[in-house]
Amino acid sequence: MGFFRELGEIAILAGRTFRGLFRRPWEGKIFLRQLEDIGARSFPVVALTAAFGGLVFGLQTYVGFHRYIGQGSEAYGGPIISLGLTKELIPILVGVMVAGRVGSAMAAEIGTMRITEQIDALVSLGADPVRYLVVPRTVAAVLMLPCLTLFGDLIGIAAGLFYNVVLMGVNGTLYLRNTLLYLELWDVSSGLIKSAVFGLIIALVGCSQGLRTEGGAEGVGRATTRAVVIQSISILVVNFFLSELLPGSLGL
Amino acid sequence: MIRFAGVWKSFGPKKVLAGLDLEVRRGETMVVIGQSGSGKSVLLKILIGLLPPDRGDIFVDGREVSRLRGEERRAVVRRFGMLFQGAALFDSMTVGENVAFGLERQTDMGREEIRRRVAESLAKVGLHEIENLRPHELSGGMKKRVGLARAIAYRPEIILYDEPSTGIDPIRADAINDLILVLRKEMGVTSLVITHDMVSAYKVADRIALLFQGRIVALGTPDEIRNSPNGVVQQFIHGRALGPIVSW
Repeated sequence: MGFFRELGEIAILAGRTFRGLFRRPWEGKIFLRQLEDIGARSFPVVALTAAFGGLVFGLQTYVGFHRYIGQGSEAYGGPIISLGLTKELIPILVGVMVAGRVGSAMAAEIGTMRITEQIDALVSLGADPVRYLVVPRTVAAVLMLPCLTLFGDLIGIAAGLFYNVVLMGVNGTLYLRNTLLYLELWDVSSGLIKSAVFGLIIALVGCSQGLRTEGGAEGVGRATTRAVVIQSISILVVNFFLSELLPGSLGL
Repeated sequence: MIRFAGVWKSFGPKKVLAGLDLEVRRGETMVVIGQSGSGKSVLLKILIGLLPPDRGDIFVDGREVSRLRGEERRAVVRRFGMLFQGAALFDSMTVGENVAFGLERQTDMGREEIRRRVAESLAKVGLHEIENLRPHELSGGMKKRVGLARAIAYRPEIILYDEPSTGIDPIRADAINDLILVLRKEMGVTSLVITHDMVSAYKVADRIALLFQGRIVALGTPDEIRNSPNGVVQQFIHGRALGPIVSW
């Protein structure tokens, strides 16, 4: 029951947000601040997670090749690492990290505005809360998540290469050549498409929880927790279906 | 100017307004008193469209407004300025940006004109040169005054006050009462004040209405209310625990 109610609330908010996109005034200042907050300020945390994601993925791939195929085959790990990172691991890591960093803050900030009557004040001063709060956050998240993912892809691939070539002494030329030969543009872009969808999920869930906050400080805490849980789970579930739906998953 | 006609509103099983009728005349200050949780704030929220009534009509200058949407709703909202109970200043903005907010959205003033009007509105509530402060740097009384400056900046015809004296000390509360009187005199606004503070009610009201069990049970000038034979009125204005209003 709760699931369908939640889905309904988010669908309604999505509709209102979409309509709000085409109406004036366009809240440019807030949009820029959101771009900075969701994008620029998330770079360090994305860099760190992507680096360690790439390292550990590089490690296990190395171990796998070494154990099952044998010495010298590790250089074929390059494309596998890159494929796994760009299509799955980095989009998910970025989505979950941004949900924790930004999605929770959206729910907390808007929730606090709700319980301190700031949302009511917006309406009383002629502003539409959806257009003022939700539209800039949603557009910024949909634009910035792919940027963060692309950045994470580069760092992750570099970290995988670093582990294999620098630490384990795999032939660097071969490793790079294999990577460039087998990694396709579509692998990267399908990951970027996914992350744009994750951005949409993060913004809509965070704002929806915030706008529906009630019950004082405790309510804000509850909205924040719910936002992160719903965002993270939705990202993982939606990711699977996107992997199935987007072409290129079955070696095609 | 404003007329509530048979307005009903419930939250779940709780009836907050039960067929409320009330008229506010142009240029007067109407004070609605009532217990905490008696639905006084709901009255204001329904009036500016933050909550829909379950039943009943609300007329502003003879026109039903509770079912308006979009641009028509905005045109009505523009005629109102509202002072919220906790001031509801936007804490991501400076004082100056707070006061300018309604001007940017509800008028087509230029930047310089807005800046002047912001300073002028702040001066009206006795504040000077604080445009660059943040709301968290202000005292409770100052917040209310900035909230008031924000509400009057675009010169609305009607000002709604939600518990203007709650949460601040009696001296600052009285300063707010004085402001309510001054604004009425200088700007000729119609005011609807919601409070449970009788000192404030007697001071600012042209007429007082007592909201009890979702309806107005008494209405009159401050003197008429003071001398009302109605037991509910007497219990409320004297703040007695015992009487027809059953508390826990």
